[in-house]
Amino acid sequence: MTQFSHTQTAHCESGVISNLFGHYGLHISEPMAFGIGAGIFFGHLPFVKVNGVPGTTYRIWPGAIFSRACKRLGVEMESHKFSNVDKAMKALDQLLDQGVPVGMQSSVYYLPYFPESYRFHFNAHNLVIYGKEGDDYLVSDPIMDTVTRIDTENLIRARFAKGFPAPKGKMYYPVNVPQEVDFREPVKAGIAQACHYMLKIPIPMFGVKGIRFLANRMKDYPSKLGDRRAALYLGNVIRMQEEIGTGGAGFRFMYAAFLQEAGTLLNRQELKDIGRELTSVGDGWRNFAFAAGRVCKARAADNMSYGELSKMLLQIADEEEKVFRRLSTVKL
Amino acid sequence: MKKDEVPQDGDNLHHGTFRQLFYAVDQSGDYTTATSIGWEPENVALSQAWDEVEQRVANTKAKVDAGDVSPIAYYMERTLLDLPLLALKAGKFQWQVKRHMKPGVFKALSDNMIARYAEIFGIPFQTLRSGELLPFKRPA
Repeated sequence: MTQFSHTQTAHCESGVISNLFGHYGLHISEPMAFGIGAGIFFGHLPFVKVNGVPGTTYRIWPGAIFSRACKRLGVEMESHKFSNVDKAMKALDQLLDQGVPVGMQSSVYYLPYFPESYRFHFNAHNLVIYGKEGDDYLVSDPIMDTVTRIDTENLIRARFAKGFPAPKGKMYYPVNVPQEVDFREPVKAGIAQACHYMLKIPIPMFGVKGIRFLANRMKDYPSKLGDRRAALYLGNVIRMQEEIGTGGAGFRFMYAAFLQEAGTLLNRQELKDIGRELTSVGDGWRNFAFAAGRVCKARAADNMSYGELSKMLLQIADEEEKVFRRLSTVKL
Repeated sequence: MKKDEVPQDGDNLHHGTFRQLFYAVDQSGDYTTATSIGWEPENVALSQAWDEVEQRVANTKAKVDAGDVSPIAYYMERTLLDLPLLALKAGKFQWQVKRHMKPGVFKALSDNMIARYAEIFGIPFQTLRSGELLPFKRPA
């Protein structure tokens, strides 16, 4: 039986990186993986709707943190997708026989060990399978506080859920993990990329501009959508901010934790200071969620409250912009 | 967020067992981690999302009972799917799935097609074939 050291993390993708790399002796904290992978982001996509509600994201798209972290740290991954279920399960079993823990993409809806209330059709959840016992697979799901298991049938469903993005049985595992990695250059590259994504993408829905974009739309929610749908739209903004595997203010705090770690690593007090500023931006996001939760609960919406929420977002955008502008001027 | 501010607003949505990890700062301002059993705004939003599902399921059930739509529409809502996603899963175009939501067309669907839908909805073939509407159980 393969031993796998499971550590609970806040986010699935950075968590799998941290756990999987750690298995091969490359010890990297979750915030470090998140920072090197330039995971922090914001996007509001009114045209990408799930159940009629537009999407909001507080981090970069699924898979990006992984590929960037691998590239910057010199980790070589082998990754496969499958069109055939039997082949996919056989390939998994073979790797497990060789003692290789395998990361994979899955749909939350089919994970029986998740609290039922969280099981919506979200197809980009990452987890690690590290063994098999009878009909059960042994799971290290980074969101869970301890290891768990899943039966074959549900694992197949989770690996082959259709939809967007379709996992298509995607599995991945490191084939070459360097033992000694100097994190300094990867950290610098990660910071530069995060600043670019937060500040420079010339599309209004993305980065700091995206927060303002959402703010401007939000103030018109009640008049354009009516009370019920306005509350639904707003509820989704909060859920995407806080729900497991996504955690919005959570991402701000995680990135702040990264800046603190990076500050120590590079011996730059300035990075730690910027981390503190980002912490207070995260607190701003929390205040926003708190106020938004109240508006959601009240149901009977008035333009006034949505206007207030919109102003809160604009202020958060200003502060977040300041943080990343300052970060982008740090000479590393 | 300070470590002692990490929210502990439990509610039954988490079954009291699930703890999420948060990054928060300690007394000296350094980052550490803490677990949380839940947070009020998130609980509100999550419970609102389930209210919505519940309402859609109930509305669709009424429509099936009135003979306006077929059980496919009901089970789509019950399985938290929307039309684009259901069409993807069924391997059909959206207009085809929409057609299957007409009671008359539904009755004439092949056993194969019914079996495919039943698999997607996680219900027995016979249940769907007979048009029985299994109750929706909201996570408590």
